[in-house]
Amino acid sequence: MNIQRSSEPTGTDDPATGGTGASVRFENVQKSYDGETLVIKDLNLDIARGEFLTMLGPSGSGKTTSLMMLAGFEPATHGEIYLNDQPINAVPPHKRGIGMVFQNYALFPHMTVAENLAFPLSVRNMPKAEIAAKVARALEMVELPDFGSRRPAQLSGGQQQRVAVARALVFEPDLILMDEPLGALDKQLREQMQYEIKHIHDNLGVTVVYVTHDQAEALTMADRICVFDQGVVQQLSTPDELYEKPANSFVAQFIGENNRLSGHITDIQGGECRVDLDGGGSVTALAVNVAGTGERATLSIRPERVVLVGPTDDNLANRLTGRVEELIYLGDHIRVRMTVAGNRGFVVKLRNDGERPSVKVGDTVAIGWQAADCRALDPIDA
Amino acid sequence: MPTATDTVAAGDLGPLTTGDGTPLKTALARATRRARLKALFLVAPLLLFVIVTFAVPIGQMLYLSIYNPVFSDNMPRLSSWLRAHDVTEVPGEDAFKALVLDLTEARANRTHAQVGTRINYERSGATSLFKSTARKIKKIKGPPYKDQLLALNEEWGELHLWTVMSRAAAPHTAAFYAQALDLSYDAEGDIVRAPENRRIYGHLFLRTLLLSALVAGLCLILGYPAAHLLASLPLKYSNLLMVLVLLPFWTSLLVRTTSWITLLQSQGVLNDMLVSVGILSDDGRLELMYNQWGTVIAMTHIMLPFMILPLYSVMKTVPKDFVRAARSLGAGPVTAFLRVYLPQTVPGIGAGVLLVFIISVGYYITPALVGGSSGQLISNQIAFHMLQSLNWGLAAALGALLLGGVILLYWLYDRLVGVDNMKLG
Repeated sequence: MNIQRSSEPTGTDDPATGGTGASVRFENVQKSYDGETLVIKDLNLDIARGEFLTMLGPSGSGKTTSLMMLAGFEPATHGEIYLNDQPINAVPPHKRGIGMVFQNYALFPHMTVAENLAFPLSVRNMPKAEIAAKVARALEMVELPDFGSRRPAQLSGGQQQRVAVARALVFEPDLILMDEPLGALDKQLREQMQYEIKHIHDNLGVTVVYVTHDQAEALTMADRICVFDQGVVQQLSTPDELYEKPANSFVAQFIGENNRLSGHITDIQGGECRVDLDGGGSVTALAVNVAGTGERATLSIRPERVVLVGPTDDNLANRLTGRVEELIYLGDHIRVRMTVAGNRGFVVKLRNDGERPSVKVGDTVAIGWQAADCRALDPIDA
Repeated sequence: MPTATDTVAAGDLGPLTTGDGTPLKTALARATRRARLKALFLVAPLLLFVIVTFAVPIGQMLYLSIYNPVFSDNMPRLSSWLRAHDVTEVPGEDAFKALVLDLTEARANRTHAQVGTRINYERSGATSLFKSTARKIKKIKGPPYKDQLLALNEEWGELHLWTVMSRAAAPHTAAFYAQALDLSYDAEGDIVRAPENRRIYGHLFLRTLLLSALVAGLCLILGYPAAHLLASLPLKYSNLLMVLVLLPFWTSLLVRTTSWITLLQSQGVLNDMLVSVGILSDDGRLELMYNQWGTVIAMTHIMLPFMILPLYSVMKTVPKDFVRAARSLGAGPVTAFLRVYLPQTVPGIGAGVLLVFIISVGYYITPALVGGSSGQLISNQIAFHMLQSLNWGLAAALGALLLGGVILLYWLYDRLVGVDNMKLG
């Protein structure tokens, strides 16, 4: 896609470095709808200019509420939100200058596509000729140049999505909010739109706050991901750090596939700890989020970091045995579900290459992993 | 044995056929006939009910507005004479002979009063003329009929009476419609506007339309915010509110109307309160009952649910996100409402206004009870002619005009807004 920010001279193809985006800061923000429970508990969050930040979490975790407070549709019960270092709690939504893409696009059904795009410009009393030019350019941008006279209902889901994005961008806001904008699209279209939105962000340099419950989408698109659960930010990191170095059991479980083993800590030494598993056996793990010796902990190991080992391999810190319960063939790899230390859902991914050891359902096999690939986190009962 | 390609080729050449060569359309019709018959059988009772109790009586009633055989049936000789001759002056002996013979027979059959009433619709005084003449008709034993009759009552020598009778001789007549439109025939039989003091129905139609439009407008102003509240509140509150909206539906119309009388009459609750607070003096009490205002207030209250329910059902389907999107795009609350929310509730507004307006146009009980004389609507006149003056032809003509007017307005609405856009619930 060829996207130009209309206010800039053509040829600027620089990504976010231009600093046209806005910065956002949440300071001690709390939100309650009923005066009894807090939906957002003390949110502190800094979003840099030009950043693509994704708010990720299960439904009811507070991510959409945070977005609605930023947009101005919900007042913060406590705390202050800053846009470009200006407090905006008292600013009504139409004066915040924030573009927003809604879950179901919210294209006005009684207006044509062009009228939809012209709406934010006409409420700003822009001259008609300028509006027409900007609308045409916005339609170019989302590759729908001939669709101006159609009604939203005559467009496919993907086309409506593009129009919604164009409408949020056409008045050149510094900040775009997106509330699960791809939720209604099928998988293939969703992946395509993920790249397109990402490219728009890179080319325009706007700040994007993107809400989703789809962790794959968050990993694909975001510069940083803010994981919400129960109104609290669980972790705020780049995608790779979030996946490889989850700070707690919730994040480990929510992002990607995860194997969990529970036990109690017998020894902590130099960043590593020794954990006796409930189901028998003892392993060494990174002490990331543990209370201390004698306390319980939950271990997190990614399926692709577990290997099947022969009896002679001894360079692995941790070795256990597991019983193979199920084999699922997935083409490039094979998922092996086994029972390890009492966990019946322990998954190992075997790459489908020539050296793949042959396993059968019912076999008892030796498995192992490095201490660095196994993180001891806060205990959860499961 | 035809192969797959054969079938496709055959299909390209002519109409599609099934495997055994029957045209596809015939086969389809046969296959669906049973289902259609079954469906017809299921709706047949309702269809019959509607036809017998609704369509036929209404049709008959409407026919009465152009058909009145009272005169031609009971005055057969005079009727055939009048049909055969053009009445430009008071006729001669043979017409009076027919009149005397018919009147004698009518007197014997006791139908002379009906005939008089029929003529009285267009010429006042005819009822007593026919009655008094019929009482003495036996005195006339033979010719000259004209002189004897004129001696009995010289009104028989008036041309106007004869032109009226000449029109009444034909069982089909436009006289009722003419009367309903404030037109009348003059002595020469030409259609002219009725004298000023006799024009009632045009004024009444106009008042009915204006008051109905006013009621619909008030209902819209009062009902729109209520419907919006209903559509946007959480379920537990909106259910309670819905009960409040529907409560009037479950209360008798008469009870509601008489409550308004109690509240608004000049010695009623509202006036007493205003007087005791000192806003009004005792002789400056507001006249809110037994006039147009009584009709408007009581009818607005009664019609409100008909406005709120269609509005509510439309507003329920407008997602919150639309207004939010408008706000985020830079529209203030008023602009967002006018340009985004309001246009999407147009189907509800159309349905509500049309519903309230059409029901109001034909409303009868409330204006009759609280309208006094200035708050009477056309339906009250229809009822008057149905029940008291027994001029069913005029009642039917007024009703038909009302029906035609409503259909015309409905057609206009369809042209301007589109009935497909309307959502009734």
